[in-house]
Amino acid sequence: MNNYIGIDIGSTNSKIAVLDENENLIKTYVSSTGFSSKDTAKKLMDEALSSGIDRKDAKVVATGYGRVSVDDSDKTVTEITCHAKGAVYLFKNKNLVIIDIGGQDTKIIEVEDGNVKDFIMNDKCSAGTGRFLDVMARTMELDIPKLCELAKTGGGVTISSLCTVFAESEIISLIGRSEKKENIANAVVMSIVQKVASQTKKVSLVGKQVCLTGGLCDMDFILDALSKSFGVKVVSDKNARFAGAIGAALYAKGLK
Amino acid sequence: MSVNELPKKFEEFGEARRLGFLKAKEHKDKGGRLAGIFCTFTPLEIFDAAGIVPVSLCGTSEETIPDAEVNLPKNLCPLIKSSYGFAVSDKCPYTYFSDIIVGETTCDGKKKMYELLSELKDTYILHLPQGIDRPYVLDMWESEIRLLKEKFEKKFGITITDDDVRAACVKRNKERLLKVKMFELSKSIPPKNYYKGIHKVVDSLNFTFDLDETMKNIKKMHDDIEENYKINGSPVKLTDKRIMISGCPISGVADKTIGVVEDNGGVVVVMDSCSGIKPARNLVDVEAPNIYRAIAERYIKIGCAVMTPNENRMTMIKELVDEYKVEGIIDVVLQSCHPFSVERYQVKKLSEDLGVPYMSIETDYSTSDVGQLTTRIQAFIEML
Repeated sequence: MNNYIGIDIGSTNSKIAVLDENENLIKTYVSSTGFSSKDTAKKLMDEALSSGIDRKDAKVVATGYGRVSVDDSDKTVTEITCHAKGAVYLFKNKNLVIIDIGGQDTKIIEVEDGNVKDFIMNDKCSAGTGRFLDVMARTMELDIPKLCELAKTGGGVTISSLCTVFAESEIISLIGRSEKKENIANAVVMSIVQKVASQTKKVSLVGKQVCLTGGLCDMDFILDALSKSFGVKVVSDKNARFAGAIGAALYAKGLK
Repeated sequence: MSVNELPKKFEEFGEARRLGFLKAKEHKDKGGRLAGIFCTFTPLEIFDAAGIVPVSLCGTSEETIPDAEVNLPKNLCPLIKSSYGFAVSDKCPYTYFSDIIVGETTCDGKKKMYELLSELKDTYILHLPQGIDRPYVLDMWESEIRLLKEKFEKKFGITITDDDVRAACVKRNKERLLKVKMFELSKSIPPKNYYKGIHKVVDSLNFTFDLDETMKNIKKMHDDIEENYKINGSPVKLTDKRIMISGCPISGVADKTIGVVEDNGGVVVVMDSCSGIKPARNLVDVEAPNIYRAIAERYIKIGCAVMTPNENRMTMIKELVDEYKVEGIIDVVLQSCHPFSVERYQVKKLSEDLGVPYMSIETDYSTSDVGQLTTRIQAFIEML
């Protein structure tokens, strides 16, 4: 029986997804990318094959920013195409607007009838990305989940700068003014929500389900804040961080 | 015959740059005149008629940007910073040996940069109208072209006759037709060649001192591609997606735009920008009674984002999409270029009307965004 393996080498985390012949998701695994994406790629491939899959019986597609580091792949495909395929699979809907907040870039992907119709990706800047949240969380001696939890109870403060470096110094001066931690946390999370929301509004949401993929998919505060901003419910899935890898595995299934 | 000094740092330069300096020096030592120019609006015929070789000074390398940022703000377009950096650091042979620099009032960044440049070189500025819909526009632009002619006459102690100008127009028209014919090799399905190589040659033509030689080179490239096509067929795959590159001049970012497109299942069939077909479209009416008027009419039609409104660019994009069977438009904007950046809105809307997928990228002369650009361009091509 054939298996299909998708490997998604992201800037922060790398993911694998394994599908069987009937497109059942039989394995997922995530690991931090670390310094060498080549070593990570090898480790992930070993992990995928560890459950008794023979490489000869498997097709492998690599995606993500480190996709070229996967020596043993049958094909490389961009994360845009893979996220679209993966999200259509996860949300069982062919008309979607996908918000993927990644480590170094944020992507908004418009999917119509199962195909990518348009996409928006941030330019050379970490504003509105997972990296932004990560840097801000560290400045506040928190991690991202704790930052998002704390944000729920805060409010009343805003950060005006979209630039990670400038925003960090804004936070430092808020800390200096003894502003409450939950208020700063709220300001940090809301600044990314607003940035992502304004990017998303560049595509048409009419007739489409809005979904969140990527590493922040289980942060319910972000989901709620995005939902409020659009006036429609933004959905996610526990496997949404694997959307790119799942899409790559589905792509592998289509390879001849 | 005069003797021209090489810059003090000459010995530190790499070989290609030293050769450039020696070539420019030789031209000057033989009594040749050299002018630095920056813009497609610059009426080349006046230079030709005055016996002045016009060379484009638009900087395409990040090498000199730190030199420029001593006097210029950081958040300025890389083309402007690079150009000024080359001038201030004596690293560009053509800036260094130019007798005069002719700029024009296009974007604000360039316009103000010329004021700094004028401290280093004799700099003359052509005043462009801000749009083309006023009744006085042609009168104004014609008189600007006449003023340039007078400037040359005075500076070099020469007389430029109408016949000189008319003859120059005839020759430039020929050059434009040859260029267009070469670009049109990409009209066939698949195109007869990839654009990468064509762009390199077109770019190098900016630094040829002899228009006849330039024309010979264009014709040779056309004939070589045609010949190769007859024998071997096209190197371009039928499945390669036909891309138009629009927007800012891209010679400083050619590898990460044209290069990335053509390495990832696409082929550039046409570029509407100043680095592409824009300078070659439209001819001067050489039969016109007032040749200066005819030149003014030809140049004012250039669809640049500095004009408001800029209908001519939209018309040209529409024509090119149709003529070159374009399947996707990539709008390239250099960082901090406000005119082209804002105009993306109109181009995107036009693309939607035409039913051609559109993507825009903003970039500078550094290589730090190559990874991200590659992903975006590759994804765009996968989407087509």
